[in-house]
Amino acid sequence: MRQSNTYIIVFTVIMTVIIGGLLSGANQILGPAQKKSIELDTKTQILKAVMKLEEGDDILEIYKLRIRSIVVDYNGDIVEKDEKGNPIEAEKVNVLKNFKKDKENRQLPVFSFVDENDESKVIAYILPTYGKGLWNSISGYIALGADMNTIVGASFGHVQETPGLGARISSDDIQDRFKGKKVYDEAGSVVSVSMQKGEKGGGGAGSIEFYKSDDHKVDGMSGATLTGKGLNAMLAEYFDCYNNYIKKTANAQ
Amino acid sequence: MSEEVKELVVKKSEPLFSKRRKRLVSDPLNDDNPVTVQVLGICSALAVTVKMEPTFIMSIAVVFVIVFANLIISLIRNLVPSRVRIIVQLGVIATLVTLVSEVLKAYNYEMYKVLGAFVGLIITNCIVMGRLEAFAMGNKPYDSVLDGLGSGFGYAWIILAVAFFRELWGSGSVFDFKVFEAIGINNFATNGLMVDSIGAFMILGILIWVQRSKTGYVEH
Repeated sequence: MRQSNTYIIVFTVIMTVIIGGLLSGANQILGPAQKKSIELDTKTQILKAVMKLEEGDDILEIYKLRIRSIVVDYNGDIVEKDEKGNPIEAEKVNVLKNFKKDKENRQLPVFSFVDENDESKVIAYILPTYGKGLWNSISGYIALGADMNTIVGASFGHVQETPGLGARISSDDIQDRFKGKKVYDEAGSVVSVSMQKGEKGGGGAGSIEFYKSDDHKVDGMSGATLTGKGLNAMLAEYFDCYNNYIKKTANAQ
Repeated sequence: MSEEVKELVVKKSEPLFSKRRKRLVSDPLNDDNPVTVQVLGICSALAVTVKMEPTFIMSIAVVFVIVFANLIISLIRNLVPSRVRIIVQLGVIATLVTLVSEVLKAYNYEMYKVLGAFVGLIITNCIVMGRLEAFAMGNKPYDSVLDGLGSGFGYAWIILAVAFFRELWGSGSVFDFKVFEAIGINNFATNGLMVDSIGAFMILGILIWVQRSKTGYVEH
């Protein structure tokens, strides 16, 4: 059967309108639920850097109770409004977009993990980071203790690092290795923490033990040296970004 | 006009689960499997089968898309202009896939992060489009739905089988349940090859071999 051109055009136009309407309708209806999922995901990531979350925990409630957030700039001053004068919300800051800017122009969110009973007592400062892994981007939250030097926790995510190799950065096994490491040396300059080549401790507790005496080194991931390098570059870059803020806050204490 | 009506009355309607209709569902599961016999949909069979859980979600998504695409195309098959039929099929598939992806994003964000790109790639899964062009364009809606179910499940059980072996050997677990630790083997050495795409190739190859030697299918 051969249809006329007019029929074909009318058919495609109607089809386009129906499909378009259907998709935008679905987007409208699902929009709020999607926003909620994304918010929940972000807050879970942030909390995971400082505490173990159990299945069924009310993430939003814990977050509201324990996290206070601000945004700072490279100089360590608190920023409340963006260039256009709109108020900035730390949770909404797009780390990727800021990653593309120069360090001096970035908006840097700081999430303070406060004591359960005393809001003014900060237990940890959680800093979001972003960088490049081997295949695609990696990101994470690194938590510094009240002294703003010792790492108390980390939670890393990735887009598509090699499963079983580089993808291990998002496992507890790797993240636990960062606990207790220090960002600054005794003279007070940023040394950051770097993951070494090779997995000398053999994974698990052995790896945590292996560099125990060294404040700035962690055991590497076997077969994922390049992901490790990306991780090191990411941490070094962001500790530098937050350096002024950390110094200011630590001096004020 | 009156002749046509007469014909319809005379024709005995086919039972709901006639032999022919049962074959529509059962054939693609084994003898005419889309993955192992027709060798379609290999790309996603490699990409998503590292673990059981994402594979399971992917299976549901593919079955959903293929069944509804078959149904919709079969319903409008006499309206679709033959010169633009491929675009129409593509439009229907893409719409369904986008819906799946949006729903996942809203209600299972964890899975959306894992599967995100691959759900979008269902659009290019040759099984879906192949069924639309080869079956739904020329058959009634009910038959098309059965055909979609058959092909969808045929694809699903193969990728689930691949994922089962890959997760078991690659991560030592099934649906993230640590099998070997549960039965008292704590130092089970996982095989990195299985987590890589190479592992999927090997398992899929073995599956195809086993299945073809059983059904006696030979390529000409």
